Parts: sequence; C-alpha cells; structure tokens
Amino acid sequence: MAAIAQRLGQYTVQLGQPPRIVGALTLMAPREAAGPMGQYFDAVVDDDMWGEVSAERAERKFLEQAARRAMDQAGLLEPDVDVFLAGDLLNQIVSSTFTARSLGLPYLGIFAACATSSLGLGLAAILVDGGYARRVLVATASHYQSVERQYRYPIELNIQRKQTNQWTATGGAAAVVAPPDQGSGPRITHITFGRVVDWGVTDANDMGSAMAPAACDTLLRHFQDTNTTPGDYDLILTGDLASVGSKLFRTLVERAGVTLGGKHMDGGASMYGQAPWAGAGASGSVCSMAMLLGYVHKEMAQGRYRRVLALPTGCLHSPTTWQQGDSCPGISHAIVLEAG
Amino acid sequence: MIYFWAFVVGGLICAVMQLIHLHTPRLTPGHLLVGLTVAGAVLNGFGWYDALIKFAGAGALVPVSGFGAAITRGVLQETQKLGWEGLFTGTLEFVGLGIAAGVLFATLAALVAVPRA
Repeated sequence: MAAIAQRLGQYTVQLGQPPRIVGALTLMAPREAAGPMGQYFDAVVDDDMWGEVSAERAERKFLEQAARRAMDQAGLLEPDVDVFLAGDLLNQIVSSTFTARSLGLPYLGIFAACATSSLGLGLAAILVDGGYARRVLVATASHYQSVERQYRYPIELNIQRKQTNQWTATGGAAAVVAPPDQGSGPRITHITFGRVVDWGVTDANDMGSAMAPAACDTLLRHFQDTNTTPGDYDLILTGDLASVGSKLFRTLVERAGVTLGGKHMDGGASMYGQAPWAGAGASGSVCSMAMLLGYVHKEMAQGRYRRVLALPTGCLHSPTTWQQGDSCPGISHAIVLEAG
Repeated sequence: MIYFWAFVVGGLICAVMQLIHLHTPRLTPGHLLVGLTVAGAVLNGFGWYDALIKFAGAGALVPVSGFGAAITRGVLQETQKLGWEGLFTGTLEFVGLGIAAGVLFATLAALVAVPRA
C-alpha cells in the first residue's frame, strides 16, 4: 500500500510519497549573477529592466519567463500543469496575476512576502501528494526598483540607504512539482508552516531582525515535531535574514539550547557576498527561491547535500501599517528537501 | 575667511542631520527635511538664522534650513508693509524662486534621464 501523508507533532506534515521538483529555473539580473551565487543560476538577463518601460513590467517579465522556462525544462506544456501557484511583493501580487493571465492556468495567488518560496513549494507538494493536482507550477519574482517603490521610496528620490537595509534581489524563479516517479529532482519530504511571530521591531530598514524570531520559532518547532537535530541535515538554509538578522537568529537558536554547528547558511547574506552597496545583504521573494532552485538544487545534483532544511522568512507588514507605527510581523515556513 | 566658516557651519548642519538620520529608525527622510526647514524658520523668527547666514554664507544658505529662514524673512518683511496679510503674501516671497526652479529643472531632468539601480 502506498504511504500516505501524516502529521508529526503539532505543526509538521510528513508527505506520503514526497513529490519532486522536476523542473527548476532561476532567471536573474546582472547584480545577482555577479555575486558568489551567480554560477548556480540558469540564465542571466543583461539588463535588469529587460527592455521594459517600468520596473513593475520588468518584474512581471522575469516571473513569466521563469515560469515558462521551468515548464520547458520539465518538458511540459500548459495543458500538462494543473495549478499555477505564485506570489510576489507588489500590491495585490500583480506580477503573479498578470503572469497567470498570460499562462491561462488555474491560479492560486499566495502572499508570504519573502517566504513565498517555501509556502508555494510546500502547498504544491501537498496538492500533488494528495492527488489534487498532477503537476503544479510554482513561481515568484522580485525587482529592486519595483519593491523599493512598493515598500520604501521610488529610487528616483535617491534616499540614503542604511547599513541594516537589505537589497531586493532582481529576478524570477520557478519550479514544477510532480509525483516522485516523474523525474529525479529533490523531493519535498516535510513541511512545517510557520506562525506569525512579532517581537515589535518597528524599523522598516531592519527587516532581518524582524524576521529572525520567526525563523527561530519555526526551526525549533520543526525539530520538536520531527524529533531531529541539526545533525540530521547537511544544510540549514534561512533567508533572507542577511547579516544582521542571521546574527540574531544564531543567538536565539543558541539560547534555546540548539547548536547549529557549521550547518547554517543564509540566502540574503550569501547572494551578494560582502558587497558594500548591498547593506546587510539581499532580500526579495526571489532570493530564497533562487537559493533553493539554484544553489541547493544544483549542489544536491552534485551530491554535496542530501538533506536540506530550508527556512525562508518573510516580513508581513505593509507600508501603511509601518507608517502608522505598527511593527513588522515575521513568518517562516520550513520545508525539507531530500536528494535521490 | 567666510569660505572656511561656510565649510564648517554647512558641514556641521549636515553632520547633525546625518546623526539624527542614523539613530532614529522611525524618522523618515521626509521628517528630517521638514524638521530642518521648520528649525530654520523658527530660528529666524528671532533673527538668528540671518545672522548665521551673514557669518557663514552658503554654509547656512544651502541646507534646507536656509529655505525655512527665507520663509520667515519674507513673512516678516510683508507683515511690516501689509500687517497680518503678510503672513500669507510673504510666505513664498523669497522661496518662490527656489520652488519654481526646482519644479522646472526636475521636469527637464526627467525628460532626459532614466533612474537606475
């Protein structure tokens, strides 16, 4: 009898026949490609505006092209995909919606800010494992200029950045999730959906610190539910906490009595290396997606990692709530990827 | 000598604002801009800012506090001529030039330049 999914502990799902990522595509802009992660991306676009008149249109193009190329890579056409799951950082997740309009697929729009990657991949795995969809296309994108305009100031204003500021990554990334017999990519074996954790950080220039407690919360609950320790994973990838948030994350985890060893890596802190213009590091919904589908996916194919715990993090505030003095609610959804 | 004091005073005003910017996460650049403008306007209510301009020249004129001081200067001058109506007619007396030039040059720049990351 085929294994069926079951719940572990309070919050974790263990998939019955863990679905695979059968197609994965990362499509990034020059700044991202020039960083230490550049070698892991599938395609690079020379111009971050991609010939479009606005950053919003460029972001949309990154999302749509990544989605289409991921389907190509998996050898699929639109009729082969049952659901399109996507999210981004703009108001009303328009980049995802306009892409869905163009793809003509049943569309589930999701929002988890920069944690869209694991929410999307996790939901896709559940839909596939439950038999509710045969193949699910998951995509997200972000664009430095459109996200600055959405959350802070249009770059035309040339507002001074702070050291704790993170630089929104520009690019699109997409994956096709399918039953395990349809390919050889990494399997999604466990999912721990996160709670909203808010420690009252009101500094919109320091999102890393706002999200770190959420990453810690989900990590500890995942370990408890699955009865695992950092030793059971080859890599614990958070993101994008960047340098400031990562430091806080490691302190919080240590205080809870868990030793991460050398296992922890953060997507935001890795994307641009130590580039001074990037402030604390990278962010943006494409950041963690590109780290998973670029770095983790390819290193798994090389045999370097067998089991990876990914904890993408998101800041769920809106510019309006921030201006009204509210703090940034953080979230982190965990997924476990296994090779083979 | 005025070049020296322009450098010192202008630099000090900017350094103070930079420190405020770095240590107040809740204040936006808009708050700082308006705050410095109001500070210049209030100081000139006592005539102090015009004295600083005499002393430091562009060092006091170029920061936006110089703009605030010019608003007060215009209002005070007009109220001496017209009475209380000067509060309204004098506001843009000296700063109208700066505002109009700002709008014009910003428009011209937007026609030829494209912002980049």
